[in-house]
Amino acid sequence: MTTVVEDENQGTSGPAAIGGGRVIEHDVLDVTHGPILYLDDITVSFDGFKALNNLTLTVEAGELRCIIGPNGAGKTTMMDVITGKTRPDSGTAFFGQTIDLLRMTEPQIAHAGIGRKFQKPTVFEQHTVFENLELAMKTDKRVRRSLFAKLDSAHGDLIAATLEQIKLAQAPDRPAGLLSHGQKQWLEIGMLLMQEPRLLLLDEPVAGMTDAETERTAELFNSLAGKHTLVVVEHDMDFVGAIARTVTVLHEGSVLAEGAMDVVQNDERVIEVYLGR
Amino acid sequence: MHRSGPGALFGPRGWGAVIAALILICAVAPLLNLVVPKGSLFHLSDFSVSLIGKIMCYAIVALAMDLIWGYTGILSLGHGLFFALGGYAFGMYLMRSIGLDGVYKSPLPDFMVFLDWKAYPWYWSFTEHFLYACLLVVLVPGVLAFVFGYFAFRSRIKGVYFSIITQAMTFAFMLLFFRNDTGFGGNNGFTDFKRILDYPIFTPQMRMVLFVLSGLALVGTLLLARWIVSSKLGRVLTAIRDAESRVMFSGYDPLWYKLFIWTLSAVLCGIAGALYVPQVGIINPGEMSPANSIEIAIWVAVGGRGTLIGPIVGAFLVNGARSWFTVAFPEYWLFFLGAIFIAVTLFLPNGVVGLVAQLRAKRREKKLSAKPA
Ligand SMILES: Nc1ncnc2c1ncn2[C@@H]1O[C@H](COP(=O)(O)OP(=O)(O)OP(=O)(O)O)[C@@H](O)[C@H]1O
Ligand SMILES: [Mg+2]
Repeated sequence: MTTVVEDENQGTSGPAAIGGGRVIEHDVLDVTHGPILYLDDITVSFDGFKALNNLTLTVEAGELRCIIGPNGAGKTTMMDVITGKTRPDSGTAFFGQTIDLLRMTEPQIAHAGIGRKFQKPTVFEQHTVFENLELAMKTDKRVRRSLFAKLDSAHGDLIAATLEQIKLAQAPDRPAGLLSHGQKQWLEIGMLLMQEPRLLLLDEPVAGMTDAETERTAELFNSLAGKHTLVVVEHDMDFVGAIARTVTVLHEGSVLAEGAMDVVQNDERVIEVYLGR
Repeated sequence: MHRSGPGALFGPRGWGAVIAALILICAVAPLLNLVVPKGSLFHLSDFSVSLIGKIMCYAIVALAMDLIWGYTGILSLGHGLFFALGGYAFGMYLMRSIGLDGVYKSPLPDFMVFLDWKAYPWYWSFTEHFLYACLLVVLVPGVLAFVFGYFAFRSRIKGVYFSIITQAMTFAFMLLFFRNDTGFGGNNGFTDFKRILDYPIFTPQMRMVLFVLSGLALVGTLLLARWIVSSKLGRVLTAIRDAESRVMFSGYDPLWYKLFIWTLSAVLCGIAGALYVPQVGIINPGEMSPANSIEIAIWVAVGGRGTLIGPIVGAFLVNGARSWFTVAFPEYWLFFLGAIFIAVTLFLPNGVVGLVAQLRAKRREKKLSAKPA
């Protein structure tokens, strides 16, 4: 398993670390001691129905984690909790050691370094591909800055590079609404990359893609792992097989099994609820 | 870069149109009205001047509405309130400028004398100062919109719920302003104005000054709106309209974006109201009626949402039609208005401007297919 361990001294720029002790900065991602994402005992209920049931899950920095599970297992709800869209009834959710996700709004969580792709591809349909990437770009996102924002050449280069990466370099001026389903998925992934997140949550990223597109997506994700941390929800088992290092199986709102792909695939309980059907 | 720089608000043709509009408003109209003699074919009648002056104020409101509805996707059915508040704020100055020339020869407005009040209530303080009144024109609608918007947007009230509470808000204010003891003249409102800055108000020259100011305000609003919608902020606003959750997860807080454009929109309406009141010579709570606010939305829908020329066209078309109808068939105007709204909703989702664009595209297609490849 790959783990990115940050240099102790780099982690505490700003307020000086006194006498070897670390000053806790609440807005700075700290992954020096273990996981980048830490969910503990999370429960979410909708009118008495528990979509997440005492879910406990940790993801190490730099990992590429796949989450599988039958429909309604709570995969999307888990992402809703991490990104601030849904508040759990109980439990804790930390990003690194110091950032308490349950106290933050969606935009704050995005700024802290978590990017999210929705299950249904969600891009700005009336804007061009270029503008979609420009809007997603990591920068000061307050009103006043947006009013006077000018695109400098470094940002232009960054957008051009991302356009290459998501194979849309030929279509920067096309309205996003006219893209194919697979291209929209890629555009949304590109928008995540523009945010320069530490943790990417990808909900069914290859749904609606052709086999060739799926293959290229697997390559992209493999190249991103390490520098970024990826949590990928997918039903496409071939795709999961192509990227998975560790697989977590969710069932009825909690973790049913976790481990390497072949171990999970041969787990009797997993076969029963999911793979065997 | 494949994008024109942010300085390029318009192309050369766009700037040409803006300059032509400025010449029409500031030179041609005054010339035709004040200099060309009355009997001449080219004379612009006083009636036309005051009608166009009024409609230009409406067009500012329509543009303001388009910023919040067409571009940001938030339908306000309370914009008439901000317009009326701007009008009342400036109306307070106009009332105080009457001085001792009222019916009762009192320093108080006639309606206060009638209520047997001995002094101005506190909120009328300083309104005899022109500049302070101008400040109120901006601040009153602005602060109200900011506070209202903050709570509504923070609670994530959206769609039809938002529209309904804005409608309720303007209705509540109308009832408040109908009361005599609110101190704004009850159902008669303010009228019988005499002068602005010591110049008599009902002279051809003053009429023309107000006309030119309204025209300049309209062009200014258009430039401001153009600048906003072509900035990155404008792109964020349209993004909020189309996929608000994506905007949030991209790290923008929609609250402040909505609040900015909502408050700006209200302020623009207030300015329009302040220019409107001296031209029509009256402001009363009827301006706050729910129907008035709905009509603003109709202007925008008729002209074409999400374009800047659309709301201006819509304001002129609908109000031009109204001024003709109220002479020809006054009792049928509301039916007609309802009918155009239904027709536009069903057949012209992008309004008149959208229709023109569609026809043009069709003609271009025909030309292309006519030419053998
Ligand atoms: N807002 C909501 N209100 C009520 N029930 C909900 C809500 N959101 C999710 N649920 C329910 O919670 C359960 C978990 O849903 P979730 O979307 O997390 O499943 P999933 O694992 O993502 O499924 P799929 O593979 O179909 O996307 C489902 O039974 C769903 O119906
Ligand atoms: Mg799901």
